[in-house]
Amino acid sequence: MSTAPARLEGRLESHLRHRRHEGRKLLVPYVTAGMRPDWLHVVRAVVAAGADAVEIGIPFSDPMIDGPIVQAASHAALERGTTPAAVLEALSGADVEVPLCVMTYYNVVFRAGTRRFASSLAEAGVAGAIVPDLPLEEAGEWCADAGDAGVATVLLVAPSTSEERAARIAARSRGFVYGVGRMGVTGERAQLATSALEVARRVRRVTDVPVCIGIGISTAEQAREVCAEADGVVVGSALVRRLLDGAPADEAAGFVAELRHALDET
Amino acid sequence: MTASLMGPPDPSGRFGSFGGRFVPESLVPACGELERAFAEAWGDPGFHAELDAVLRDYGGRPTPVTECRRLSERLGVRLLLKREDLAHTGSHKLNNVVGQALLARRMGKRRLVAETGAGQHGVAAATAAALFGMDCLVFMGAVDMDRQALNVFRMELLGAEVQGVESGSRTLKDAVNEALRYWVAEVEDTHYCIGSVMGPHPYPYMVREFQRVVGTEARRQCRELLGADPSWVVACVGGGSNAAGTFAGFVDSGAALVGVEAAGGAAMGHGVPGVVHGMKSFLMQDEAGQIAEAESISAGLDYPGIGPEHAHLAEVGRARYEQATDAEVLEAFALLARTEGIIPALEPAHALAWVVREAGKAIALGDTVLVTLSGRGDKDVAQVRELLS
Repeated sequence: MSTAPARLEGRLESHLRHRRHEGRKLLVPYVTAGMRPDWLHVVRAVVAAGADAVEIGIPFSDPMIDGPIVQAASHAALERGTTPAAVLEALSGADVEVPLCVMTYYNVVFRAGTRRFASSLAEAGVAGAIVPDLPLEEAGEWCADAGDAGVATVLLVAPSTSEERAARIAARSRGFVYGVGRMGVTGERAQLATSALEVARRVRRVTDVPVCIGIGISTAEQAREVCAEADGVVVGSALVRRLLDGAPADEAAGFVAELRHALDET
Repeated sequence: MTASLMGPPDPSGRFGSFGGRFVPESLVPACGELERAFAEAWGDPGFHAELDAVLRDYGGRPTPVTECRRLSERLGVRLLLKREDLAHTGSHKLNNVVGQALLARRMGKRRLVAETGAGQHGVAAATAAALFGMDCLVFMGAVDMDRQALNVFRMELLGAEVQGVESGSRTLKDAVNEALRYWVAEVEDTHYCIGSVMGPHPYPYMVREFQRVVGTEARRQCRELLGADPSWVVACVGGGSNAAGTFAGFVDSGAALVGVEAAGGAAMGHGVPGVVHGMKSFLMQDEAGQIAEAESISAGLDYPGIGPEHAHLAEVGRARYEQATDAEVLEAFALLARTEGIIPALEPAHALAWVVREAGKAIALGDTVLVTLSGRGDKDVAQVRELLS
């Protein structure tokens, strides 16, 4: 890419590129911070089960792109008094060996101030951020402040995104490109959408930044299927549902181990 | 007056520093498509002719301006009402939905999805869908469905499907979230018919343009009645569409523009800048950026945000935003009924309540005041009966 010489990859991206180089498919589980008292224990357990990075949801009152499962987890976390500051304080002592990437909505960032929020992520040892309601045209200020703080901003490419636009998004995205697997909100689906494979192919044509597909990836079989085209997967609702149902941390981690096993076989 | 006020927003959809398009990537192309389709339609005399004809022959436009002789005498000011309560479906909401439904049809969409608070926008959307032979799905907070059961039945009579929203505070803001979530999945054949001057660009601009007819008519009618512009132009504000449409007609006049919020849902009064539902505007929220729940007797004003253009009008000082309490609103509701034989909706009763309170104070005795009576009170009669007993 023409921007390559000036491009700072950052810790999240170099880690994921390294793992990909080793021939490994990337597995990024999602956990809503604060959804239950042992959530940090869950994060450590999914790392032990083979996660390459973990996406940590900072709960927001109006999670527009989330389906019922992540909404319920966000609601539970807020009911328990979870704040962005408390989440970051917990993460700063997490001591996990893979990069952490937070996911939250832009009002949480904007309320804190982009510069302050970016530095608070860096201080907590967070390597990346996903802000799904901040599309390319609105992301400039945040991306600059996050970049200054050494935090990678992961941008999203959707099934409705043209290839030309996907190229511009990928050029701005750091860490990885989040490929939205289907039009719709987060949640489990019985079948992998064909759009998931199309999005992965579209992103790969325009960048060598790792592409991970999320939204609608709920089983080991679907993860393996989509990784025929993608570098990895983000799995959220399928894990969070197990946690909402009261599965102990090691049982939930067992599901992540199952995903790991399936990806390693590809 | 600044000529650029209440014109088109900048290319990013901003009015000053407010507005924008804060939506998930999945919806960015759809917002762009809508922006282009609206620009094309709004520049097409054929589209205007069709819209004007429907609003005239079906919607009952122009609505009259009524001079309130008995109430004026009592307050010591000259009070005029822009009678949107007399438009078909009983509120200003029809102006916007007819515009959006015609646009949706032009774009080849066959289904309208809408959010509603008090039910007025939902009823209007269901009406437009019936008129143009489209499907209609309305999201409504479960709390509001209880408060406005009759409007739920009206929407169903009109052939719409009403889906209760059980998430969050189960009111208008959650209905917006749910409508947006639905739209992401069904954007191919569905148009999201937003009910107010809110949401991502181009909605705040487009809905204001569809409501501009209120202000344009009222300006002309005031001149006929008064021989001049009124000194004050007052409208209630939740998201702020009737106020935006009214203000658009008077922004280049000498009239003072006043938006009246519910004291329990006052984004300008109690909020700070933030981003939700695709726009940057004033929002009621906590220190961490969690959106607060509005609380008002009026389901239509139970919204923690406000349209971004209002935030801009306040910032540049062209409009001011005041509040009315539930008690003041109930008093104004009964006062208009007894003195003028008009039962207003609880929403515009906020605008009246401010005028009643400020006549002889902020409003000098003898001043002329135009209030947009955005809807009729039939939907609220049962609730007010409970509150007064």
